[in-house]
Amino acid sequence: MVLLDVQNLTTYYSTLRGPVRAVEDVNFQLERGEAMGLAGESGCGKTTVALSLLRILPFNGKIMTGKILLRQKDIVQLSEDKLRRDIRWKGISLIFQGAMNAFNPVQKVEGQIVEAIRLHEPKVSKKEAKERVGKLFEMVGMEASRASNYPHEFSGGMRQRAMIAMALASNPDVLIADEPGTALDVIVQAQVLKLLNELKKNLNLSIIMITHDLSLITETCENLVIMYAGNIAESGDIIAMHEKPLHPYTQDLISAFPNIQAEKRRMTSIPGSPPDLLQPPSGCRFHPRCKYAMDVCRKETPKLKEAAENHYVACHLVK
Amino acid sequence: MTAIIRAKSLKKYFPIKLSFFRTLLSRTELCVRAVDGVSFDVNKGEIFGLAGESGSGKTTTGRLLLRLIEPTQGTVAFEDKDITHLDETQMKPLRRKMQIIFQDPYESLNPRMTVGDIVAEPLRVLQATQSDTETEERVKSTLEDVELTPPEEFMFRYPHEVSGGQRQRVAVARAFVLTPDFVVADEPVSMLDVSIRAEILQLMYRLVEKNKTAFLYITHDLALARHMCDRLGIMYLGKMMEMGTTEQIIYESLHPYTKALIDAVPVPDPTAKRIEVVIKGEIPSPINPPPGCRFHTRCPAFIGDICRTKEPPLIDTGNNHMVACHLYSKGK
Repeated sequence: MVLLDVQNLTTYYSTLRGPVRAVEDVNFQLERGEAMGLAGESGCGKTTVALSLLRILPFNGKIMTGKILLRQKDIVQLSEDKLRRDIRWKGISLIFQGAMNAFNPVQKVEGQIVEAIRLHEPKVSKKEAKERVGKLFEMVGMEASRASNYPHEFSGGMRQRAMIAMALASNPDVLIADEPGTALDVIVQAQVLKLLNELKKNLNLSIIMITHDLSLITETCENLVIMYAGNIAESGDIIAMHEKPLHPYTQDLISAFPNIQAEKRRMTSIPGSPPDLLQPPSGCRFHPRCKYAMDVCRKETPKLKEAAENHYVACHLVK
Repeated sequence: MTAIIRAKSLKKYFPIKLSFFRTLLSRTELCVRAVDGVSFDVNKGEIFGLAGESGSGKTTTGRLLLRLIEPTQGTVAFEDKDITHLDETQMKPLRRKMQIIFQDPYESLNPRMTVGDIVAEPLRVLQATQSDTETEERVKSTLEDVELTPPEEFMFRYPHEVSGGQRQRVAVARAFVLTPDFVVADEPVSMLDVSIRAEILQLMYRLVEKNKTAFLYITHDLALARHMCDRLGIMYLGKMMEMGTTEQIIYESLHPYTKALIDAVPVPDPTAKRIEVVIKGEIPSPINPPPGCRFHTRCPAFIGDICRTKEPPLIDTGNNHMVACHLYSKGK
């Protein structure tokens, strides 16, 4: 069953120099219990997609067109009130980037999670909410009593766990994790990934993992979406994409990753840098950095087409 | 192999400032034992990697070697000369020979200086050139070395006018403009996108080869270290746990901590085996490090009282593969 269906999502930021075309024509689907990775370089629109899903864009950001269907209900059309009651935290919740600083430093963690629960579910009493916090803490592998600590009394890994507990407070269908591994040490990072995997299995949770680190996605997700400069370059089953990446950008991105188990070799990188989204290049946005660029790439924007079952790619090379 | 820089039982304790009353009440001075007895050397033309979790003392070690901070105990020798107690005037000629590349290219470059001035500054401060034209030439050729070409186009730009990867190239150029003998790179690519990390690493690699520099690469990313370094040292809570060639550390790792660290590195291959996290918890506080072996509180191969009471020495298990663990020191 398709839980979340994003169709032609286009989000712009208005600036004094004109609109920044941060996300353009993005399509993907997410099923219940599925984990999907959203990867790309910084500035490719990954986080904007996440913010659009919850409609918490900054004041100058706007969803121009497109539909975000959660259980067949379009989030884009909902009123602010309904959005808070039905979608945020209950439908979709977000683990913010930088767990180190996402908590309010002068309030106890318990109070912050209780606040989130009671704001979205006004019927829950304070006592019930507190009990729920205790259970959530146990679920993410922490002692329930630690909930009455302040954020600075937690280590980095514990803060990340507490963030996850908070995101799960109202039993969401979809959990978005924005860069869950950055700022954590490898060992702690591996512990957090393991926790996410367990939660996915036990709660039948759908997860969208946003990161620039492909290796984190391959550890947890079944499907992968690669974004470049606001567009989807390639999406589909992660094993198929890893074995046979079709888009030149995906190929470059995968080979840019150092693999500790692989032969020692000179690493490769992608020359150039991502384009300015105020004036993105014509045609395929990747063509200035692409080693296979042809004439048609400069003129026509490639459409996302199905290359194999559950494997989509937007490139003129793929017929 | 000649060692350019040699650290011998280096220690650095940072005292903790207490409130007035607590100073009166507590008898002993509390310290953060950032680096606690570390010895190693970096040879000419070699890339030595220092890896470990945050709080293991990697960065402090790097700064001690450059004498940016003073060691509490131990010595630093540069080209077989003890430099631990040299004063600033005596240090100045040596500063030409040792440089550092910082982690964050967004903060380590002065936003009010042009790229040309940033790269020229070490030459001017250390009076390494005779004339302005010579300075300009050195700057240009260094910018070419780091592939900021044509240099004329970049010299007059400000840091905010170039991309993140280009900024780090500027930082690399600033370090290499003096053709130093020893360079410390403190997590030089961790702030950069994965897609451009490799090119910065390769650039540094080429410069190291060309100038026969001794290079200390500080990182928490073992996957990158594996492709970059000739030798590796694994640090934990201010101690060296294991040291050897990159191949020895990655394929024949001995210390349980090293093994755990390697296992925790995510592998970018969806068909590969999923990670098993064998060690629990996080790095303990360096204020009150555990007695005996510092890793015993998290160690999956804990063998009993000896780990809790006796500190394992760093011993050679053959072929210069050093390890500090009681599993390997039995019978010696």
